[in-house]
Amino acid sequence: MGAKRALGASAGGGPAEVAPRIALPTPALPLGEAPAHPAAEARAATPSGARLSVRDFSLYYGRHQALKAVTLEVEDRSVTAIIGPSGCGKSTLLRSFNRMNDLIPGVRTEGTLQVSGADVLSPATDVVDLRRRVGMVFQRPNPFPKSIFDNVAFGLRLLGVRGRTELETRVEASLRSAALWDEVKDRLERSALQLSGGQQQRLCIARCLAVEPEVILMDEPASALDPTATARVEELILKLKTSYTIVIVTHNMQQAARISDRTAFMMMGELVEMDTTRRLFTSPAKKITEDYITGRFG
Amino acid sequence: MPPENFTPLASRGRGLRRRAVNAAAIGACVLAAALILLPLALIVWHLLAKGLPAFGPAFFLHMPKPVGEPGGGMANAIVGTLILVGLGALIAVPVGVGTGVYLAEYGGGRLSAIVRYTADLLAGVPSIVVGVAAYGLVVMPMGRFSAIAGGVALGILMLPTIVRSTEEVVRLVPQSYRHAALALGAPRWRVLQSVVVPAAWSGIVTAIMLAVARAAGETAPLLFTALGNRFWSLALDQPMASLPVFIFDYARAPYDDWNRQAWTGALVLLLLVAVVSALMRLTTRRIAGH
Repeated sequence: MGAKRALGASAGGGPAEVAPRIALPTPALPLGEAPAHPAAEARAATPSGARLSVRDFSLYYGRHQALKAVTLEVEDRSVTAIIGPSGCGKSTLLRSFNRMNDLIPGVRTEGTLQVSGADVLSPATDVVDLRRRVGMVFQRPNPFPKSIFDNVAFGLRLLGVRGRTELETRVEASLRSAALWDEVKDRLERSALQLSGGQQQRLCIARCLAVEPEVILMDEPASALDPTATARVEELILKLKTSYTIVIVTHNMQQAARISDRTAFMMMGELVEMDTTRRLFTSPAKKITEDYITGRFG
Repeated sequence: MPPENFTPLASRGRGLRRRAVNAAAIGACVLAAALILLPLALIVWHLLAKGLPAFGPAFFLHMPKPVGEPGGGMANAIVGTLILVGLGALIAVPVGVGTGVYLAEYGGGRLSAIVRYTADLLAGVPSIVVGVAAYGLVVMPMGRFSAIAGGVALGILMLPTIVRSTEEVVRLVPQSYRHAALALGAPRWRVLQSVVVPAAWSGIVTAIMLAVARAAGETAPLLFTALGNRFWSLALDQPMASLPVFIFDYARAPYDDWNRQAWTGALVLLLLVAVVSALMRLTTRRIAGH
């Protein structure tokens, strides 16, 4: 709260007062416009080169089987889109990567699921640590009812970052990476709930980027946004894939075609096929995929 | 059946009847609201009329005078009430808020059902019975009446309101906040501490204020716990004066001067609750920051 006041003083003033905040000493930190990724460098991907690897993965909600022996791999620093009709299990699969399904009672899994070669499903896995490495952006923007600054700083404070200078530097870098800095730099202490829906979603992305995850999961991140805001988020995803591995669930096939490198098509809990986005959308191997992408159903 | 046999839909629902029902419903709502305001307005007006003559700085600064001597105030009772309610809050707020958060966040099991039922039961216990309980719990072992005993009695009275209201407001915090925090790698306790409780804080403060306001006016449980005291005392292990007990004593005394002071005491009690409640609201708004 003390820091809040210190910042509030400069937020109200003119550009002259704001200037020192921007000209922070940053050279030592690898936090440029699109930060190079220390965590991603440090952790080797699996021998096959995949950041995420799913093998014969099945998931049950009680008796209902939501995922049926799904096998797929996701390459490092790429955008993978998961498409399919409602209820096909794409969100369930996405939420398995950071074990958010644990919150639902009665969930049971089979098979293996690895992030950077480390087992995700084992009871011994530290879920808190896993979620720090695998960030998530939700369908509806869900900023905390706190200031813009505190939203982005939340994950950093979780990791024990206390120094004011480091917090400010990292918050600024994250907001820049999320292409939001210029819009909010003069009102970091305002409530995040005052931002527009599109800005809130980019804030959520910045909040996720701040803790330098290896993987970012996005669950229909643009479905609650208008077309302009959607375009900005898509632009951002394309920019982020140079540093991060991104998996995105989308209902919007044009969106999948625009931003992803590879696309997985799911139906009734099964992975029907997965290929480079271009091939999947131009010459799909299966008839059912073609029917879906040409809009014959779903 | 051919539609032309019916009155066209476009000409329906525009009748006098609909307008009349609408006006009657609105009228009933306004009347109900006025009925709520009426008793409060009457009480305040009456208190001002009867209490203002003896109201003044002296009432806050001076000690009670012996019978027959005019003037004097209730300084000891005002401070005593603040201390007693403060003690009660010191006991009830941590326990009550903690229990409420527990019930809202982990409240599926058998234990929670028992806790919830107990809290509801406690809310229905007459305050004089709570006073007797505090007498048995604190006064008997200590061997004398004391401020601590009064604080315990008030604390027990405050508990159910705080517990159940906290539970309600914590439940109202959207799940999406919890998911966002968990997805960032926050452990459960951290989600509660840094996201859920702050989001519910203004509601929790309202719950505390309701409990404080109720406890500040309680007389019966203080009669066999804090007892009352005509002298200045801040010792927590000694009997302590309080406004409600003073009002009770002065109102039934056969002296006009005391009766007048009882009215002023009631006015001060009302003001005290109003001021404390306003202060707490102001500070919460500052903390919440929006």
